[in-house]
Amino acid sequence: MTTGRTEAHVIHTVPVLPDPQLAPLFAGYAGAIAAKRRQMILGVAVFLFAVALASLGAEVDADKFIAKIGNFTSYFSRLTHLDNSAYVWTDPVEWFWGLKRWLRLLGETLLIAYIGTFTGALFAFCACFLCSARLVKSATLRLVVRRVLEFCRTVPDLVFALIFVVAFGLGPLPGVMALAIHTAGALGKLFAEVVDNIDLKPVEGVAAAGGSWFAQVRFGVVPQVLANFTSYALLRFEINVRGASVLGFVGAGGIGEELILAVRRFFYSDVSAILVLIILCVMLIDMGTETLRHRLVRMEGGR
Amino acid sequence: MLTIEGVSKVFGATRAVDNVSAAIPRGQFVGIIGRSGAGKSTLLRMINRLVEPTEGRISLDGRDVTRLDGRELREWRRSCAMIFQQFNLVGRLDVLNNVLMGRLAHTPAWRSFPRLWSHEDRAIALSALDQLDIAGLAAQRAEDLSGGQQQRVAICRALVQEPEIILADEPVASLDPRNAKIVMDALLRINKHFGLTVLCNLHSLDLARTYCDRLIGMAQGRVVFDDVPAALTQEVARQLYGMEAHEVLDADLGPGLMAPESATAAA
Repeated sequence: MTTGRTEAHVIHTVPVLPDPQLAPLFAGYAGAIAAKRRQMILGVAVFLFAVALASLGAEVDADKFIAKIGNFTSYFSRLTHLDNSAYVWTDPVEWFWGLKRWLRLLGETLLIAYIGTFTGALFAFCACFLCSARLVKSATLRLVVRRVLEFCRTVPDLVFALIFVVAFGLGPLPGVMALAIHTAGALGKLFAEVVDNIDLKPVEGVAAAGGSWFAQVRFGVVPQVLANFTSYALLRFEINVRGASVLGFVGAGGIGEELILAVRRFFYSDVSAILVLIILCVMLIDMGTETLRHRLVRMEGGR
Repeated sequence: MLTIEGVSKVFGATRAVDNVSAAIPRGQFVGIIGRSGAGKSTLLRMINRLVEPTEGRISLDGRDVTRLDGRELREWRRSCAMIFQQFNLVGRLDVLNNVLMGRLAHTPAWRSFPRLWSHEDRAIALSALDQLDIAGLAAQRAEDLSGGQQQRVAICRALVQEPEIILADEPVASLDPRNAKIVMDALLRINKHFGLTVLCNLHSLDLARTYCDRLIGMAQGRVVFDDVPAALTQEVARQLYGMEAHEVLDADLGPGLMAPESATAAA
């Protein structure tokens, strides 16, 4: 059995059973997974049907896309020309004529996003533990918290901003409030999913030592989820910077006001200059948060 | 013949494994003993290359395996199956699919990824489960099983790889004595019946002496003992386990091996 080594030396460590003995084993396995498999096939069918239906309903029309693609490129080419029809990059000073003002507005956008994310994350943190069936017995409490979070994230932040602008007037405050509410809803959901996937053994350990519910959450749950929470919050911050840059469209502060003005008045080179600034800014934040997240994952422990 | 020549592994400033050499003939049941942190796991993991050796050479029948990569490395890993202390099953998959992981190296991706395992592979997997008396659990999620059952699933996964060598890293350290015996008996049966080489890290000297043909003792990354179990004296055990020697040894080395010094200490 062990004589001579060949490239693919295989010792048959599993004598395959004769068919009459195998048949009941196969049948047993097939029987046990049949229900699961039927559900799976049904699920896939419903999903594909929904995709087809959605593209019909939303009039996703490939012909139209191809026919009109020229308009898109022509707008794009106008974006890359100055008023004197030179390419924008030939004269950066002229292109970024409003740099000082734009940077100030971009800074305001960042602050809106920062405070909005922080406030929203705080609410999400408080709410997420209350949504988990593994930590909270009362179905009513879970239901209420879940519905509130759902409401917060379903209404688009732009709509909240519009409402708050009417109530509190123009400026960054309505922007911050709109982002905070939307963030609380979105992050609350993500945080809750993280909490749903924790290992319950440490929680049991703390409970068995006489810890209150809050102590169980503080010492059994929080150390397990904190790194993930922070990672999601940073991701949300990045999304919110993008979000905050359009909140200005409805007068809720930041660079958006300037951008929508440039779009409406056909100041093409201004539009491209502002877009470039926003993109650069988001890229920088992305790089920053990425390093931060990696550090966090490596730092695990000591919380 | 599995040959380990001057193998070392350096992690930062520590030499986890320090210039280890051993020649292991086919079909031997080798126990690697020593306290935790002695480098036993690292040594086993270097053999199937889950850890890359810093220095030295590992070869099977003269064929160097320390430099293999890609398909050849995967083929090598198939031929030396690993069994872990924590079983390392995919908890969310059912038992049969976990066992079929052992067929991955035999199966093209277009078959394995959508889980279109051949009838032959399924038959092998079910036969392996039947060999270990757990064919009835085939459709269960692996994470729902007890520790002893999970380790038996892991052994099935190793078996269907049709390996030449089994590397077992503390296979029974998380199990109760009855399940430990079931798992060790299974390894012994595989060793005797199919002539597979078994390398097994063990904490318990008791188990090591019951099951192994040969013991390799490690301390601080170095081999300090390499002989038949009967040659393991109190003094060597103390060198291996330091202060813990009393606990590990109980009084089971037999009267002939009891050193007078420790007898007085116990009195």
